[in-house]
Amino acid sequence: MTLFWLLLITLVGGICAALTGLWRAEAPRIAALITLGLDLLLVLPLFAGMDSMTNQIWLLQLDWAWIPRFGIRFHLALDGLSLLLVALTLFLGLLAVGCSWTEIRERPGLFHFNLLWTLAGVLGVFLALDLFLFFFFWEVMLVPMYFLISLWGHENRAYAAMKFFLFTQISGLFMLFAILALVFLHYQSSRSLTFDYSQLLHADLDPGAARWLLLGFFLAFAVKLPAVPFHTWLPDAHTQAPTGGSVLLAGILLKTGAYGLLRFVLPLFPGAALDFAPIGLGLGGLSILYGAKLAFAQSDFKRLIAYTSVSHMGFVLVGAFAGNREALQGAVMTMLAHGVSAAALFMIAGALQERLHTREMGNMGGFWTLAPRLGAITLFFAVASLGMPGLGNFVGEFLVLLGGFRVHPGWTTVATLGLIVAPVYALVVIQKVFHGPPRLASLSDFGMRETGLMLALIAASVWMGLYPRSMLAVSEATVSALARLPAQRGT
Amino acid sequence: MLNLLWLVPFLPLTGFLVLVATEGKLPKAYVPWVGAGSVGLSALLAAGVGVNFLGQTGSPMEFRQVLWQWMAAGDLTADFALFLDTLSLNMMFVVTGVGFLIHVYSAGYMAEDPGYARFFAYMNLFVFAMLVLVLADNLPLLYLGWEGVGLCSYLLIGFWYEKPENGYAARKAFLVTRVGDTAMALGLFLLFAQLGTLDIQETLAKARAEWPVGSELAVITALLLLGGAVGKSAQLPLQVWLPDAMAGPTPISALIHAATMVTAGVYLIARTHALFLLAPPVQILVAILGAVTLLMSGCTALTQTDIKRVLAYSTISQIGYMFLALGSGAWAAAIFHLTTHAFFKALLFLAAGAVILSLHHEQDIFKMGGLWRSLPVSFWTFLIGAAALVALPFTSGAASKHDILSAAYTADPWLWAAGTLGALLTGLYTSRLLLIAFFGPKRTPAHEHLGWNMILPLLILAALSLFGGHLEMSHDEVLPRAEVPALDSFTSAITAAAPFAGVLLGYFFYGTEHRYVEALVRHPLGASLYRFWFSGWGMDWLYNRLFVRPFVFLAALNRGDVVDRIYQTVIVLARHGHALLVPTQSGQLRRYAAGMLFGAALIIAAGVWA
Repeated sequence: MTLFWLLLITLVGGICAALTGLWRAEAPRIAALITLGLDLLLVLPLFAGMDSMTNQIWLLQLDWAWIPRFGIRFHLALDGLSLLLVALTLFLGLLAVGCSWTEIRERPGLFHFNLLWTLAGVLGVFLALDLFLFFFFWEVMLVPMYFLISLWGHENRAYAAMKFFLFTQISGLFMLFAILALVFLHYQSSRSLTFDYSQLLHADLDPGAARWLLLGFFLAFAVKLPAVPFHTWLPDAHTQAPTGGSVLLAGILLKTGAYGLLRFVLPLFPGAALDFAPIGLGLGGLSILYGAKLAFAQSDFKRLIAYTSVSHMGFVLVGAFAGNREALQGAVMTMLAHGVSAAALFMIAGALQERLHTREMGNMGGFWTLAPRLGAITLFFAVASLGMPGLGNFVGEFLVLLGGFRVHPGWTTVATLGLIVAPVYALVVIQKVFHGPPRLASLSDFGMRETGLMLALIAASVWMGLYPRSMLAVSEATVSALARLPAQRGT
Repeated sequence: MLNLLWLVPFLPLTGFLVLVATEGKLPKAYVPWVGAGSVGLSALLAAGVGVNFLGQTGSPMEFRQVLWQWMAAGDLTADFALFLDTLSLNMMFVVTGVGFLIHVYSAGYMAEDPGYARFFAYMNLFVFAMLVLVLADNLPLLYLGWEGVGLCSYLLIGFWYEKPENGYAARKAFLVTRVGDTAMALGLFLLFAQLGTLDIQETLAKARAEWPVGSELAVITALLLLGGAVGKSAQLPLQVWLPDAMAGPTPISALIHAATMVTAGVYLIARTHALFLLAPPVQILVAILGAVTLLMSGCTALTQTDIKRVLAYSTISQIGYMFLALGSGAWAAAIFHLTTHAFFKALLFLAAGAVILSLHHEQDIFKMGGLWRSLPVSFWTFLIGAAALVALPFTSGAASKHDILSAAYTADPWLWAAGTLGALLTGLYTSRLLLIAFFGPKRTPAHEHLGWNMILPLLILAALSLFGGHLEMSHDEVLPRAEVPALDSFTSAITAAAPFAGVLLGYFFYGTEHRYVEALVRHPLGASLYRFWFSGWGMDWLYNRLFVRPFVFLAALNRGDVVDRIYQTVIVLARHGHALLVPTQSGQLRRYAAGMLFGAALIIAAGVWA
C-alpha cells in the first residue's frame, strides 16, 4: 500500500497546489513541500528494511487487477534500485520547489501542479512492473513536463518544448510497439495474455525477434538518456526550461532512461543485450566524448551544463552494457551522483540568470570577488562534475570504467578519455564566470535559502563520494541478479 | 600512538573545513593558527607515530588502519584505509615536516593578501590529499589523494585569479597532469581486470606470483603507471606544465611544485616497484626519461631570466635524477634524493620568495643584482640551498646524488655520463643565478623586512639542507637493496669534480668581466639555440599545434552540433511537404472528384497487376 500512497499523495498534492494557488501565491509552494515531505516520510523507513533483506529482491509489492481482459495489472514493486531512485526523485523534487521559490511568480499553483504530476509520473515509472502501466507513467511524466517548459520557460520555449515532446513521444511509440510485440509473442508461445513484467521475463523469444524488440526499447531509453545521436532535444529543453524544470529534467527524467535500460532492456533480452553490448558501449563512449566537446564549445551557461549531461549519461550507458557488477553499480552511482551535481549546476545557472538576466558567459567574469560563496559552491560542483575522487561522480565513473575494462577494454579506453576532456569544460566555466577581473559592480551572493539548498546537495555529493558503500549496499541485490542474467539464459 | 595515525591527515582536513566554514570571516590573526597550527599538530603527531613505528620489533614492519568501508562493488573492495611502512613514513615526515615549515613561512609571506584564509584553506586541503596519497592502502585511495593534490595545485596556481594568465597556467597544469592520471587510471583498470584486486600489497604480491618477468601485461601496466608518474612529476613528455605553475604564490611553488606533489610520481614508482621489476624495458625507459629530462631542463634553466622559472626547471631536472635512480634500480637512493631535494629546493624557493617580497614582486634576475649585502638572510640561506643543489661536498645533496650516480654507472655508463653532465649543468645554472641575482651591480633597491615566521623556517631548512644527509632512512624492508660496487677512482673523481667544474665555468662566464655569454648569444646559431632552450625545447609550441588548437578548432566548428542538422532537415522536409500539399485543398469539388477517381483507378490497377 505504501507504494500506492506514494503516488496518490503526490497526485492529490498536485491538485491541492493548483487549487490553493488560486488563494495565495505562497500556498502551492508549501503544499508541494508538504506533499514531498510526506512522501519522504513514507520512503525513508524503507531503507531500514533493506538491511533485513536476504535473498529476495523486491522489498514491497502491490498487485491489483486493472484491465483483466488484456492481462493488464496495476502492479507496483520496489527494490533497492527503485528505492534509491525514488529517494533521489523526492530529494530533487524538494530542491526544485526550493529553487523556484522566487523565480516562478506567474501562476505558481499551476506550476507546482505540473511539477508534482511530473514527479508522480516519474515515481510511477520507477515503480511500475506492468509494461502497460510503465508505458502509462512514461507518458504521464511527459505532458506536465511539456507544460513546465512551454509555459514558464525562457525566450525560445515553444520550440524547445515541442522538440522535447516529439522526441520523447516518437521514441515512446517504438517502445509501445515493442511492448505489444513482446506481449503478443509471449501470448503465442504461452497462450496467456499478460503485460506483467515477471511473466514476460520468461518469454521464449527467438534471438532475431529479441533483437528487434530490444531495439524498440533501447530507442526510447536512448532518447531519454540521452545518447548520441538522439540527444539534440536535450540542450534546447534544458536551456529553455525554468530552473525547477531543468533540475527535474537533468536530475530525474534522464534517469528514467537509464532505469529503463537496467530494468527492462537487460533482463527482458539478456542474450540480445549481450550481442548489442559493443554498440551500446560505443554509443556510450561517443556520448562521453562528443558531449564533452560540445559542452566546451558553448558560451550559454545552461547549454554547457546540458551537454555535460550527455557526457555523464554516456557513462551510464557504458556501465549498463558492460553488464558486470562493478559496472552496473557504477551506472547506478552515476545516476545518483549526476542527478545531484547536474541539479546543483542548473540551480547555479538559474540563480545567475535570475540576477543577471543572461546566461551568456561572455557577459560574466570575476564573480568570485563579488560573490565568493556562489563561486566556492560552483567550484565544488564543477570539480564534482569533472570526476574528483571523494565526490559522488567519481565513484560512479570509476566503477563503470573498472567494470567495463574487464569485458570491453577497447571501448572502455575510449570512454576513459572522457576523464581528460571533463576538466576542459568544467574549469573553463570557473574561468569564464568567476575568475578574471570583475565585470560588474555588484552581484548579490547566495542568501540563506539558496545556501541551504546547496548545502544539502553538497552533503549528498560528499556522502556519495566518501561513503558510497551505504548506497551500493542498497542496490546490490538487484545488480547482482542483473549481472547473473546472461549466464542464466541464452536469449 | 600508532592508532592516532588517522589524525595525521585529518587534522589538516579539519583546518580546511574550519577555514571554509568561516568563509574568510575569521579574524586574520587566527587564520595561521588554524592553517599552520593544524599542520604543525599533524607533524608532531607524525613524529610521535614515527618514533613508535620505528621502535617496533619484528618483521614485516607494517601498520594498517582501516577507517571505514569506502567502495565495494562486485569483486572490488576499497576501504578508506591507511598503510604505514618505512617508505610511507618517510613521505609522511617530508610532507608534514616541510609542509609545516612552509605553512609558517606563508603566515608571513601572505600576510598582506586579501585571500589569506582561502590560501591556508587550499594549503591544508593539499596537505590532507598528499598525506592520503602517501598513506593509501589501496590504489583507488591513492588515486583519490593523487587527484586531490592535482586539484589543490590547480587552485593554488590560479590563486591570484584576477589575472587570466594565472588561470590559464592553472588549467594547463591540471589538464596535462590529468593526461597522465588517465593513463594511470587505465593502469588500475588493467591491474584489476587481470588480478582482481586493487589493494597495493596484494596486487604486488599477485603480480609477482602470476606474471613472469618481461610479460606483456606487466610491461603495459608499468607503462600506464609510468604515464601517471611522468605527468605528476613533470618528466618528459609531460613536463610542460611545471614552469607555468610558477604563476602561483611562491610558498606554493616550494610546497607543491618542489617538495611534495611533484615527487609523487617518484613515490608511485617506488611504491609499485615490483611491477617495474617485472617489466625491465619499462624500468630502463624510466632511467632514460630521467636522464634526458635532467639534461634538457638543465639546459633550459641556463636561459631563464625569471628566478622562479630557473628553480622550476631545476626541479624538473632534479626529479630527473630521481627517475634515473629508480630506473637504475637504486630505489632507496631515489627516495633519499627526494627527501634531501625537498629540503633544499623548499629552501631555495622560500629564500627566492624572501627576495621577491623584498623587491616588491620583482622576479627577473637581471633586475636584481648585488643583493648579497642588502638581503643577508635571503642570501645566505639561498647560498646554502644552492650548495646542496649543486651537491657540493658535505651538503645533503651531495650524499644523495652520489648514490644515484654510482647506481647509474652500474646500470649503464651512459646513464652515469648523462647524470654527471647534468651535475655540471646544475653547477653552471646555479652559479649563474647566484652571480647575476646576488652579486654584481645593484639594480633595484631592496630592503629585507622578514618576520620571525619567515626567518625561522629558512634557518631550519638551511640546517636540514646542510645536515639532512644524515637523516637517511633505511628502506630495506620495502625496497630491494641495490648492490652498487664502489666506483673506480677515475670515475669517482669525475663524478666528484663535475659540480665544481660547473661552478667554475659559471664563474668564468658570469662572474668575470669577460662577456663570453653575450658573444655566444649574439652569434646566430647561439641565438637560435638560446631561443630554443628558453622556450623549453619548443614543447609548448608543439603541443599547442598538435592538441590544443585542433581541439578548439573542432569545438568551435561544431558548436551548433552537426547531429541536430539531421533533425532540422526533418523539420524542413515536413514544412516543404506541407507547402507542397496545401494547394490540393483548393475547395473545388471537381478537383476532389478527379483526385478520388484517379486514386481509385490507381488502387484497382494495383490490385489487378498484383
